Amino acid sequence: MSLEVGTELPPLRYTVTRADLAAYADASGDRNPIHLDEDVARSVGLPGVIAHGMYTLALAARAVQEWAGGPGRVREIGAKFTRPVVVPAGAEGVGVNVTGTVKKVEDGRATIALSVTTGEGDQVTKVLGMPTAVLDA
Amino acid sequence: MVEQSLVGRTFPPSAAYDVTPERVASFAAATGTPWREGDPAPATFPIVVAFTAMQALMDDPEVGIELQRVVHGEQRFAYERLVVVGDTLTATLTVDSLRSLGGADVIATTSAVTDADGALVCSARATLVHSAGDAS
Repeated sequence: MSLEVGTELPPLRYTVTRADLAAYADASGDRNPIHLDEDVARSVGLPGVIAHGMYTLALAARAVQEWAGGPGRVREIGAKFTRPVVVPAGAEGVGVNVTGTVKKVEDGRATIALSVTTGEGDQVTKVLGMPTAVLDA
Repeated sequence: MVEQSLVGRTFPPSAAYDVTPERVASFAAATGTPWREGDPAPATFPIVVAFTAMQALMDDPEVGIELQRVVHGEQRFAYERLVVVGDTLTATLTVDSLRSLGGADVIATTSAVTDADGALVCSARATLVHSAGDAS
């Protein structure tokens, strides 16, 4: 895909389930129980089990990889973890939406401002702050 | 309170981490990222080794961090190259800055993720937010 200033990348939507978080805990080594256990999450004041911030960032990276046609072009990716992604029990899980707009192309590199949200319609919540990726253009 | 003397401190490198096909495949599968053997690892895969470096910081009794008070505030990666199967990675964490914000200590760190030759693979910048303890 050619990346020019103003290019809007096609919105992608991913589903996150608690089984995904358990698999991610094993794969990443981050076994903090707030990502696995409803009782522990509630005991520290969370509304329920939340996704690892890094899980959500991995979904943003997955979107970037899909837009770029492979993982090879990414030079930078990052975000602030501003809002928790609450993941209900069951196979339905929660949907995470990723969109992106090319903001700058310079020296062969494209800077993409991402938007990573949960919810739909007027219930959309941004869960990452200033999510940004830089790709080889 | 986390000690201001922490700023500028570099922690010992994390244990060497072998990037095996199984480890990359399970990371890719957990995040739904398309991956076939021969592909580079998903972009955020280096968090696995950077995370161990962050844990060493948090586990150090002299640093004074209580694990249950820590929230991952921000994470950014800048790649020299992507990780591939066969890499042996270590992460070396340096504390860049420490500031107080609304009763919390905000600890900015950079972990240099290097390969077996000592070459930089990526820089993983993390901000850890340590909420204040009870004044007891």
